Amino acid sequence: MALLIGSITIGLILALLALGIFISFRIFDFPDITAEGSFTFGAATGAALIVAGVNPLLASLIAFLAGMAAGAITGLIHTRFKINPLLAGILVMTALYSVNLHVMGKSNIPLLNETTVFTWVDNFSAWISGADTKTNLLGWQVAVKDLWLLLFCLITILSFCYLLWWFFKTNIGTAMRATGDNDQMIRALGVNTNSMIILGIALSNGFIALAGAMLAQYQGFADVQMGIGMMVWGLASVIIGEAIINDNSLGFVIAGAVVGSVLFRLLVAIALRWGLNPNDLKIITALFVFIALILPGIMKNKRKRNLKSTAHA
Amino acid sequence: MLKIENIEKTFNPGTANEVKALQGVNIEIEEGSFVCVLGTNGSGKSTALNAVAGTFLLDKGSIILDGEDISKWGEHKRAKYIGRVFQNPFSGTAPNMSIQENLMLALKRGKKRGIGWGLPSKLIKEFKEIVRPLNMGLEDRLENPIGKLSGGQRQALTLLMATALKPRLLLLDEHTAALDPKTASKVIDLTQKVISRDKLTTLMVTHSMQQAVNLGDRIIMMHQGKVAYDFKGDEKKRLKVNDLLTLFDELRRKDNVDTSVAALLEEYYV
Ligand SMILES: Nc1ncnc2c1ncn2[C@@H]1O[C@H](COP(=O)(O)OP(=O)(O)OP(=O)(O)O)[C@@H](O)[C@H]1O
Ligand SMILES: [Mg+2]
Repeated sequence: MALLIGSITIGLILALLALGIFISFRIFDFPDITAEGSFTFGAATGAALIVAGVNPLLASLIAFLAGMAAGAITGLIHTRFKINPLLAGILVMTALYSVNLHVMGKSNIPLLNETTVFTWVDNFSAWISGADTKTNLLGWQVAVKDLWLLLFCLITILSFCYLLWWFFKTNIGTAMRATGDNDQMIRALGVNTNSMIILGIALSNGFIALAGAMLAQYQGFADVQMGIGMMVWGLASVIIGEAIINDNSLGFVIAGAVVGSVLFRLLVAIALRWGLNPNDLKIITALFVFIALILPGIMKNKRKRNLKSTAHA
Repeated sequence: MLKIENIEKTFNPGTANEVKALQGVNIEIEEGSFVCVLGTNGSGKSTALNAVAGTFLLDKGSIILDGEDISKWGEHKRAKYIGRVFQNPFSGTAPNMSIQENLMLALKRGKKRGIGWGLPSKLIKEFKEIVRPLNMGLEDRLENPIGKLSGGQRQALTLLMATALKPRLLLLDEHTAALDPKTASKVIDLTQKVISRDKLTTLMVTHSMQQAVNLGDRIIMMHQGKVAYDFKGDEKKRLKVNDLLTLFDELRRKDNVDTSVAALLEEYYV
């Protein structure tokens, strides 16, 4: 049960990553691999600042801004120099690898003895219900502290979802969605689509970096490798969310990304519990996304063929 | 109010695919004038309109709007003064966004877009009154994605969007070419209504001689990246479809005679 709660909590933290991927992939149709670098960049910046004694909330905010800067550079490289999105992302991701090492000073920063936002939640929990208390949840013994952590993450993520939803409904946010939907049209209506792309990809990487910073604090360390595979991970979450929610309106799609992220994390936890070799995790994730990407096409073809055969009969 | 001065544009210069799309086009258009642009396929009509809208930068020449040289302006900056409807019904609207969101985007053409709420309920009421005159029942479907509408409905909406804020200049590029005849004539009626109501200065590309004869106060015929004929005033009023057909034939005949041969012939016989 502790494992289950832990998985949901991490799933919620990684929902920020899913939201970032949702912005780049779904809003802009921009396959932005900067994500892999900015996830670590957020974790590295957050961890380094916390170790330096900065307030963890402020450190997380700065991590968010750092991610935005990285994304803005990708957007700029793409729009200003007409380099294709994938390559622009690869350039920034590669450069970030060096940046991250510089920021961290080594390949791993432990945070176990530092004060993070989660230390605050722990203290809060101890203050409310005493340290190390357990409670009975559906017949399981659960640490009260873990429940508070879960609740904290849930509230945090829901606030960010609301903010994002609200932003995309404002004048500028709507123009941003239109940029992804039909750039010719929105340019003819006076919007600088290049600025929209830069801002959007910056926002996307801000969310992703924040996810990195939160995860580092939750698991108690930042590692220079922790961004590897994160883009596909986020994509898997988004795809699962879309399959489950199956509604195109903005609010539902955003909620779907969160649900998808939590479910995907749970699936992975269960698979690992059943004896999946952790080394195989990435190939399984990649396969999963591959199948999810081609499935709609196959289904459509099959339906068409069925229609044809009934028409002949 | 619009001066197109000696503009030139070559696509893919120096390659096998080189196309001299515009070769010195000069057009001056007065305030409130409604110009129909005719010409064979590939004569440079769309390119000329795109040059005015700023889709690409010119090789030579300038575009002057209300005395201001806008040749170096980006497309989005010119959009403040220019409303557009494209030939392809898919080009002018954002398919996955609702009708009301599309309209709201159009009402901000060329204006600052801040973090104000995009769709206040007051605005939605206003939209209902804007689309009601179309008689397409769209006032009850404002929340539907625009991609679900027919081509004719989309073009009608794009026209409303292009003119929702009165543009200084309206550019229509064969905006009824993709529609069936009945829908096309509806959209043309709407076009005429909007243009005469707001006294819009308009450049309309069309392949229909009938439209060109019936509508507007001036006809420009393009050929090989240049203005071949230009009729205004009484001359334009007297022009019939047959006259236009004759002119087209003449241009075609000229085409068939190789230009070098033409030069030779000229030397001998003129
Ligand atoms: N972006 C482009 N790149 C390369 N060539 C182009 C481009 N746009 C137009 N052309 C070429 O320029 C020439 C003029 O094209 P344009 O679209 O202006 O013709 P048009 O008069 O609008 O013809 P139509 O009646 O078929 O629409 C054509 O030969 C076309 O192939
Ligand atoms: Mg054309």
